[in-house]
Amino acid sequence: MEFNLSLSAVATDHRAVPMDKNKVYDVIIAGGGPAAMTAAVYCMRKGVAAGFVTVDIGGQVGETSGIENYLGFNYIEGSQLVEKFAGQMKQFEIGLSEGYAVTEIKDGREKEVVLENGDRYRAKSIILATGNRWRKLNVPGETELTGRGVAYCAICDAPLFAGKKVAVVGGGNTGIESAIDLAKIAEKVTVIQILDRLTADKVLIDAMQQFNNMEVLLLHEVKEIQGDKTVHAVVVKDTVSGGEKSLDVQGIFISIGLMPNTDMVKGVVELNGFGEIVVDCSCKTSAPGIFAAGDVTSVPYKQIIIAAGEGAKAALSACDYILKE
Amino acid sequence: MSLFDDKVKKQLQEALKPMVNNVNLALFTQTLECNTCRDTHLFLGEISELSDKLTLTVWNFQTDKDKAEQYGVDKIPAIVVLDSENRDHGIKFYGLPGGYEINSFIRIILEMSGLKEQLPDDLMKRIQGIKKDIHIQVFISLTCPYCPDAVSAAHRLALESEHIKADMVESSTFVPLAIKFNVSSVPKTVINGTQEFVGTNPLGKVLDFIEKV
Repeated sequence: MEFNLSLSAVATDHRAVPMDKNKVYDVIIAGGGPAAMTAAVYCMRKGVAAGFVTVDIGGQVGETSGIENYLGFNYIEGSQLVEKFAGQMKQFEIGLSEGYAVTEIKDGREKEVVLENGDRYRAKSIILATGNRWRKLNVPGETELTGRGVAYCAICDAPLFAGKKVAVVGGGNTGIESAIDLAKIAEKVTVIQILDRLTADKVLIDAMQQFNNMEVLLLHEVKEIQGDKTVHAVVVKDTVSGGEKSLDVQGIFISIGLMPNTDMVKGVVELNGFGEIVVDCSCKTSAPGIFAAGDVTSVPYKQIIIAAGEGAKAALSACDYILKE
Repeated sequence: MSLFDDKVKKQLQEALKPMVNNVNLALFTQTLECNTCRDTHLFLGEISELSDKLTLTVWNFQTDKDKAEQYGVDKIPAIVVLDSENRDHGIKFYGLPGGYEINSFIRIILEMSGLKEQLPDDLMKRIQGIKKDIHIQVFISLTCPYCPDAVSAAHRLALESEHIKADMVESSTFVPLAIKFNVSSVPKTVINGTQEFVGTNPLGKVLDFIEKV
């Protein structure tokens, strides 16, 4: 039996304080992943008044099992790295709001961050590091049945599909990794891919071959997810013949990539064709005083170490901006 | 055969070092142990050896009925985490907290021992404002990296409020219960069987759900 222990289970030296509605912060950092936390540490060390608003601490890193390319650690669990980042950030008296997403950013000389629960916080500058979220299929049944058979995290939820029939949507690396995890335990796994081939790395496609309970449907797309309390079936369409059929499955794992969390800044800063925030090499967006870092930006290669570096850069740019204003 | 290798043993010893007061772990099992009951028994036996502040009491679910009733244990294996005075705070683990879940187990042991992060005043006020009996069940799998956060949030609320009880439920050990609550993604938190959410939420947001009950 495995035990994936993170060493710092309880940190008692945390000094973070609740966000203050009456205060005008020098900088408010939106997001909770490596870019945001690195930016926070840099801002606090610079001595500027910083606030940190996020849905969760850790972002995608918290969902990652093993990390082998963050320097200083040959191997570290995602959750352990998050604890180290968070511990380092919370040793400062930073303003912290956790649990509510940012729904709106108001630009102006004084900027405002609006959260989903209606809380509003003010700042001279903003760093957007809101990251990516799982891309949705946007088909009927998906939202209603999320958590009831529609799933996005195969390592988490695979054990709940032991002996069941499941579908995996997406033929990229994440999709095929999910399919392999599921094939070990499920009765049957059907991979649904819209293209005419799988785009996953060769090592993964080779690894698929050892399972005889896996089926691949190329050139198919999902039209609908059906079920009441839980998923019962998925309707797929053959994109060549146009014919539709229903697959009898109890679960569907959606692995069709990621999309940036930029709904709250549409019309405020320039976005590119992928919906990412366009930044220059010092993390400036098209709006003065608003900076961005990490996976949410147009910077290529979504990596933890890159996000962290960009977060540092955004913080230094923001500090520079505050000084000059 | 032991569950922990030397490396894990050392890590656990290190993690338990900051314990302030004693903590008593009460295991409910039965004479002819089910597989997970036996593993959980073994697990608790080994872990309680790793700190002189940890003790283990083993109860028989079938013959010690009064104890099971006292702690509200309705299935096994069950671990009840008790404080140094053997007081019950409504904190339980149903199933073996292995894999990633070892983190929520160590965390509540440390918190129960008195080592805990202070909660902001506004949260404490909200927790103290809860006067209804609340029962939180957090369904998890052992391979889920962020499930321990959901369990720890529920346990912390139970620790701070005499009206709140919180269970970790290992979904593969208690399949019928997981099916009853349509668990197909974890962590899934169910409050009094009516309010529910999937994923992790900080204490404030969990309280939003509790206040809706």
